[in-house]
Amino acid sequence: MRDFVLKRIVAVIIPFISLYGFYVILHGAISPGGSFAGGIIVALSVIAFATIFGLDRAKEKLPEKILVWTESYGTLWYVLMGLVGIVKGVPFLSNRLAGINLGVPGTLSAGGLIALIGIGVGIRVASTMITLFFTMMEEEK
Amino acid sequence: MKIRNLVFLLIILLAVFTMLLAVAELPPYGSPDNPVHNMVTDRYINKALEETGVNNMVTAVVLDYRAYDTLFETIVLFTAAVAVYVTLKKAKGSESGE
Repeated sequence: MRDFVLKRIVAVIIPFISLYGFYVILHGAISPGGSFAGGIIVALSVIAFATIFGLDRAKEKLPEKILVWTESYGTLWYVLMGLVGIVKGVPFLSNRLAGINLGVPGTLSAGGLIALIGIGVGIRVASTMITLFFTMMEEEK
Repeated sequence: MKIRNLVFLLIILLAVFTMLLAVAELPPYGSPDNPVHNMVTDRYINKALEETGVNNMVTAVVLDYRAYDTLFETIVLFTAAVAVYVTLKKAKGSESGE
């Protein structure tokens, strides 16, 4: 249906966009960017795939089951990370107070809970964007 | 109709005048004694690395100092997705949307 050149170019580029998105999410503690920006980039790779190859093929690659799952458990993961503080007897969502090892600044594990929360928020943002796009595209058909 | 338009114009001018009055009251941009440069900023700039172990100060504020804010931000995202899902998603059996 679409142009051959467009399809091939997007097929080559999409893995790199996706990889860059995950890079931005994981390096939120070190470099500019962070979980929100990285999540949007990851979502954009899937949206680009869906616009070029069609919604049906995109849904084959990324079933709705996974989307609903990440959609539901992303926020729960965040709350779970917050509960670590309560288990240790300090306020909700506390990081250093809870006695968590903050790691070496400048490495991927820096910041204790921050890295874990960042991954959760990034996946959460990506799944929200993809869900919105898929649902609206479906409506248009 | 003409008088109505004039009245609208008057209301708009009044609103713009009020807003400009508020803008004129703002402190000068970038001045060191602005009210935004208080101890909160100092704390973030001087202690963020020591207290959170993170180089990126924005991440330190968003995911540590203001973690509650981000938590409810993600809940807002969740609500938005659920709202769109509920309003636009077609039921599995139905042929055409009602």
